[in-house]
Amino acid sequence: MELLANLGLGFSTALTPGNLLYCLAGVFLGTLIGVLPGLGPTATIAMLLPITFTLPPISALIMLAGIYYGSQYGGSTTSILINVPGEAASVVTTLDGYQMARQGRAGVALATSAIASFFAGTVATLLLALFAPPLAEFALKFGPADYFSLMVLGLLASVVLAQGSLLHAIGMVVLGLLLGLVGTDVNSGAQRFTFGMPQLADGIGFVVVAMGMFGLAEIIRNLEREGDRTSAVTRITSLMPTKEDWKRMVGPILRGTAIGSALGILPGSGSILGSFAAYSIEKKVSKHSAEFGKGAIEGVAAPESANNAGAQTSFIPMLTLGIPSNPVMALMVGAMIIQGIQPGPSVMVEQPALFWGIIVSMWIGNLFLIILNLPMIGMWVRIVMVPYQHLFPAILVFCTIGVFSLKNTEFDIYFMALFGVLGYVFTKLDCEPAPMLLAFILGPMMEEYLRRALLLSRGDPMVFLRRPISATLLALGVLAIIAASIPSLYKKREEAFRGD
Amino acid sequence: MTSPIRNPKDFWTGIIYIVFGTAAIIIARDYGMGSALKMGPAYFPMVLSVMLILIGVASLVRSFIRPGSPISRYAFKGLLLVTASTVLFGLVVRGAGLVIALPLLVIISSYASHQFRWKYSLAMAAGLTVFCILIFLKGLGVPLPMLGSWFGR
Repeated sequence: MELLANLGLGFSTALTPGNLLYCLAGVFLGTLIGVLPGLGPTATIAMLLPITFTLPPISALIMLAGIYYGSQYGGSTTSILINVPGEAASVVTTLDGYQMARQGRAGVALATSAIASFFAGTVATLLLALFAPPLAEFALKFGPADYFSLMVLGLLASVVLAQGSLLHAIGMVVLGLLLGLVGTDVNSGAQRFTFGMPQLADGIGFVVVAMGMFGLAEIIRNLEREGDRTSAVTRITSLMPTKEDWKRMVGPILRGTAIGSALGILPGSGSILGSFAAYSIEKKVSKHSAEFGKGAIEGVAAPESANNAGAQTSFIPMLTLGIPSNPVMALMVGAMIIQGIQPGPSVMVEQPALFWGIIVSMWIGNLFLIILNLPMIGMWVRIVMVPYQHLFPAILVFCTIGVFSLKNTEFDIYFMALFGVLGYVFTKLDCEPAPMLLAFILGPMMEEYLRRALLLSRGDPMVFLRRPISATLLALGVLAIIAASIPSLYKKREEAFRGD
Repeated sequence: MTSPIRNPKDFWTGIIYIVFGTAAIIIARDYGMGSALKMGPAYFPMVLSVMLILIGVASLVRSFIRPGSPISRYAFKGLLLVTASTVLFGLVVRGAGLVIALPLLVIISSYASHQFRWKYSLAMAAGLTVFCILIFLKGLGVPLPMLGSWFGR
């Protein structure tokens, strides 16, 4: 049983008292920041990333994984309690979660979310452990052209999943790729788009862009609709789901886990697609479909399990191929590179303790989530209830000092402000920032793989269609775009984003 | 409603994309194109810039054809105060130190809210300053001065 041996190695790495503490701290801090309205996992991780710099690699990644799950749960909490999803993936949770809260069942909704997340996390971690090794082996067959096409597929998928106009989203991707090229060209040493500023020689920091577009811009956007926020609850009375609730959530959790795990592997998707798909499928198959949108427990259980399963399995392409499939994974890749680890198929072979340690700590993170959050729900509720006018200056302070501490330069603060303005203007114009952020980190990688692929093919661009892996990936990407632009399906996409 | 622009969001997105694309081409024109076989530093940026301009043009053209919803009102007050306070923090933090830069950031930014009250804002500023000095300065060792160089340190 190689799997058991591997997991054993992982447990022995992750279960040191120090690492357990980091995991716990990560879950706690992640939830703490994640429950602040409007801060999703991307902004939360970006904000907390500097804390992990001084840790050894394995502890840093374990803590980051903890932060990720914590922030996701924090997002679910705000979705249920005040109808404010932290990110796209928890939008569906607001539909029934908030309604449950209005009926005085907020505690049950929060507990359901935690239970569904834990179950899905456990299953998806096992899947990850099972499928990562063969996938990493398969990844060794990937040539530069295949990597390039995989990134194209990832970006096209993120375009399809973006809200608003397809054309705008494609433009955001191209713009993101361009911005990613700012800095020194690794091949020629040429300074590109740096305007002679030495601070730009290493490029624009990814965290700077993320904090600007997801932290600052979100604050400005929230100030716009200040006062709209109505909280459904002031106090949590009962947490325990009733016997009837348990019976009703089993099926949705199982289906949600399966759907979320499968869709999470897709590049560009992460947990967004899974939670939407799980919700709409559940609505179709459920006996209680009339209750959906009016506080059906299935409407919380299904997307929450899919959400978490997808979050887990989206680690698969990152760990095996080194390609981030969403902004959160891009931050993880950034963190690994800072720690001196180049993510890719070799990590598993060269640093098995690290690889399996991360996988096991994901499960531990999920366990802590349920142990920590159920008893502490009261405290999270109180944080969520703090009026926004008191919260946002604090968020702004944390963003500002956090971004400064990355490289100890004020320059990054100014750039964060700039991207805050840009992010705000773009959302006003229905241009979603998520695809741009993903493209931003993929930009330099794509250029490098394009260069290598063309060098190997002696400048013949047909190489992308001749290699079977590459051709398949490109075909999938084109299919996704075509499917999204067919009018009838296009309407469905709009509906899905409007949450039915 | 006599404007020929039927979709202002498409229109302005198009303009932004075209401006960015054109600027990138102008800046990158001296970087060295190379060839497909041996890509120079300008190759990929040029390809992307042209794509961006084309997408921008498509969006611009579409804005005259397909109607769309108007752009909702900009929250200029929030936009201005939040970015200005952030930039100001960067400008004064080394000179004046956290003890002054942090309250400035908190008070100016919180003025963006409709529910701004001096009492709360000052309390927030004091609390956050103490908290940040304890956590970031003492705890995490972020190299920012409590009192800056303007005070003769």
